[in-house]
Amino acid sequence: MADISSKSASGWKFPFRIKIENRVDNPPKWLSPVLSLTAVVVALLIGALVIWLGGGKPWAAYTHIAKYSLGSVGVLSDTMVKAIPLMLVGLACSIAFRMKLWNIGAEGQFYLGAFGASLVVLLPILPMEAPKWQFILVTALFGMILGAAWGFIPGFLKARYNVNEIISTLMMNYIAIEWNNYFIYGVWSESGFQMSRMFQKNAWLPRLSDLAKRWPFFGGLTTHFGLVFAVLAAIILWLILSKSKWGYEIRLIGDNPRAAEYAGISIKKNIILVMMVSGALAGLAGSSEIMGVVHRFQGAISPGYGYTGIIIAWLAKLNPLAVILTSILFGALILAGREVQPAGIPTLIQGVIMVALIASDFFYRNRVSITRQVED
Amino acid sequence: MNFILILASGVATGTVLLYATVGEIFSERSGILNLGVEGMMLIGAMSAYKTAAATGNAWLGLLVAMLAAGLISQIHAFITITLQADQVISGLALNFLATGISLVLGEGLTSLRDVVPHLPKFSIPGLTQIPWLGGIFFYNQSIMVYIGFLFIPLAWYFINRTRPGMHLRAVGEYPAAADTLGIRVYLLRYLYVFVGGLLAGLAGATISLSISPGWFGGLTTAGQGWIAIGLVIFAQWNPVRAAFGGFTFGALRRLVLDLQGPATILGLANPFYYNVNYGFFLKMLPYIFTVVFLVIGSREANRKRIGSPAALGLPYIRGQRGL
Repeated sequence: MADISSKSASGWKFPFRIKIENRVDNPPKWLSPVLSLTAVVVALLIGALVIWLGGGKPWAAYTHIAKYSLGSVGVLSDTMVKAIPLMLVGLACSIAFRMKLWNIGAEGQFYLGAFGASLVVLLPILPMEAPKWQFILVTALFGMILGAAWGFIPGFLKARYNVNEIISTLMMNYIAIEWNNYFIYGVWSESGFQMSRMFQKNAWLPRLSDLAKRWPFFGGLTTHFGLVFAVLAAIILWLILSKSKWGYEIRLIGDNPRAAEYAGISIKKNIILVMMVSGALAGLAGSSEIMGVVHRFQGAISPGYGYTGIIIAWLAKLNPLAVILTSILFGALILAGREVQPAGIPTLIQGVIMVALIASDFFYRNRVSITRQVED
Repeated sequence: MNFILILASGVATGTVLLYATVGEIFSERSGILNLGVEGMMLIGAMSAYKTAAATGNAWLGLLVAMLAAGLISQIHAFITITLQADQVISGLALNFLATGISLVLGEGLTSLRDVVPHLPKFSIPGLTQIPWLGGIFFYNQSIMVYIGFLFIPLAWYFINRTRPGMHLRAVGEYPAAADTLGIRVYLLRYLYVFVGGLLAGLAGATISLSISPGWFGGLTTAGQGWIAIGLVIFAQWNPVRAAFGGFTFGALRRLVLDLQGPATILGLANPFYYNVNYGFFLKMLPYIFTVVFLVIGSREANRKRIGSPAALGLPYIRGQRGL
């Protein structure tokens, strides 16, 4: 396609020839992960440069992040706690993005999921002393229903009025936060504080530390049952996307909507359906975060999980199983990044990683060859 | 409630949206969707504030803000124009990156509130005497508001009535045809993404140095960049409609804030006064309005058969079939 071979006025010749052409054959299997890994490494280097320019200490920041996220079993367990909501929102973004449906609203759907789970305990939908397994199932269900409802609105607007879903899902995020705030401050406020009462213990999701009585090794580990939800959801989503007819329809609409239409696939129905599934997954993330970590209904429950989910899905190439791995990486970044100064560093690193990733796709789509320039 | 005051501050708030929206119109008219407006505005707000704090010169702050946001927009330009990557995902990435950079470099700026100079505010003598309109548009407004008034017709004239404006539209509607006429598609797209960046930076600086001065991290813009992208669709890529949308929207935003003040509205008890918590529903309104504006814009576009620029979102690859 393009040729960069230069000959300067002085007669000196650039000794190499860089040739860029569109890839016609299928790229080798190892290329994609290698490129992603390279992109992450390059991103960390660029991030270090920016931190240094901003007057920070890049090496100290990075070693801090590594040590306080993966350094021991205890912090590794905390990393998993952060990774659980990320897996679910990452999956939410993956299925929507696979259809080229840009759901940027996982954050709001997460908030509504948290609201749904809280309804079960605070309304209450289940009696105070209901058995634990009922709470596990019903809070998850309500989180998913409320998240799906929040996803339905932009999905319906897109299908019916062709409203751009990027803007509408994003606006729904801001609306969700205010919606929750009304209930946190106005309805369920505990003696004027900006939070509800602490949920009763039998409503909490089980944690690894609950097993400590029998196996002392698990003592103090906070990883909760949400991990089971997340891994199950990843496997189911992978099966749907790569093995089922519906998954094929979603992929076809994403790759070639016109062909899908000719094949008799209803695009409008799938827009609404996929937005709802995506919302349900993000809602499940919110509900498991409330029931497994926060244990009360309050604000500021997400350091931008919904937005990080976008990057996670992209880094995983929208593959649900790969989402599990990339979520752990970003869980580590968010966990240990909390104490790194200045406070914007985790956001910055996420941004650089994403830019590097997208740029690296160029090498996936094109073949770049560098050869020695032949003497004339 | 003083409606003139509300509308006047609506015009001020709307000016921010106006700059950001017209900036995005330039970019989209050339065929490049840039979702990084919110991040670029933050870069603008932060660098304007930081420069003004360091030098004591608000105008220098404005200039640096525009250049900084313009510069960062070129990352998106490079990725989408030269590397031909997906514009949606690249714009989102730019947003993360720009937000992160402004948070890191903006560390500690919040405490400088009292030392940072603002851009001047003044009334325009004579015009303030016009009944109603004078008080709304010309009384004690920021200079950025007046510049905005001049900017709207200029932007409209440039896009619709000049030769470079025609080239801009050609590049966004049918780049292959533009290319055969010798119009430099790639160069123009880079240029107008840059213009979009400049204007987003200007919008950010208008917030932090004039309309609601200060640096409050991500809350400085509070989603206005996204609202601006929504307004582009409502405005149907037309700067005059963007101004109308921006000012209406600014007034609505303002009205929402002021509704909690009085005990009675038009003789009826004001529920927002008696239960503070209903205020959360008021705060939702700007975002609900945005969605409503989107629905109106999309329906009208369907009816009048006006669409987005035909090549919007598509990379131009010389020599390949298609647009």
